[in-house]
Amino acid sequence: MTISVRQTEGFTVLDAKGKITIGSGDVALREAIQGALDAGGKKILVNLKDVSTIDSSGIGELVSAYTSASNRGAELALVGLPPKVQDILQITQLVTVFDIYDDEAEAMSSMG
Amino acid sequence: MSSPPQVHLSIGSSVENVELVQLVVEEALNRLDLDPDDAHWVGIAVREAVANAVKHGNRHDPGKRVALDFGVEDGELVIRVCDEGGGFDPEGVDNPLAPENVLKPSGRGIFYMKRFMDEIDYSFGPDGGTVVTMRKHLDSEHLDSASGPSEDQEKEQEEEKG
Repeated sequence: MTISVRQTEGFTVLDAKGKITIGSGDVALREAIQGALDAGGKKILVNLKDVSTIDSSGIGELVSAYTSASNRGAELALVGLPPKVQDILQITQLVTVFDIYDDEAEAMSSMG
Repeated sequence: MSSPPQVHLSIGSSVENVELVQLVVEEALNRLDLDPDDAHWVGIAVREAVANAVKHGNRHDPGKRVALDFGVEDGELVIRVCDEGGGFDPEGVDNPLAPENVLKPSGRGIFYMKRFMDEIDYSFGPDGGTVVTMRKHLDSEHLDSASGPSEDQEKEQEEEKG
């Protein structure tokens, strides 16, 4: 998994690519989100458009990210969910927890 | 005549090895010609079972192994994952859908395994070690693919040979 970070219009956008799975991406995601929060990011988008696979460890990192952001007064949203990522969030009822948007533009418009 | 894929793997208790298992299992699933979505979810279930064996079973002990057997038995895909740990109580696993657990960062692996496979059961050795057996029903099309031609297919082939 690769994850790149960019700043745009007051948002920190994390572009994840590949697998977010145990031993292969979960730690990288955690560090990237922690880095964004440490840098003072208050509006964080995790772009999952190019994520092929996510497992329970990856889901756990997303949940931890959501909690960390909330605890630090930041907003965190997920954008561009592929169907399989959407499915795995759905079956553990996490779609009701996260703010989820089709794409960056929609997230930025809504989170302003 | 093709034969059903039979796989036996033994790995060290490292999370990095979960990816190795996944790659082998993906290839074995390809040979069963499963629906790609089904294959994806079976692959996730295997990943979860092996990760649990490494983390919770063997507790990352480099001296302990995780074994995986993959094959087709009586019309079902059967995958067994064995560890050398102290066992656990499956009934004691928290429900990740309970409101108090939804925001926990862990505890979803077994739930996903149950969701993506048709049957899951656990057995425990007298001296420790957990065996999780996961089953997925295969339709006749996949069984034909895995077990070689059906009688009808063989008949057709004979006719083609003329």
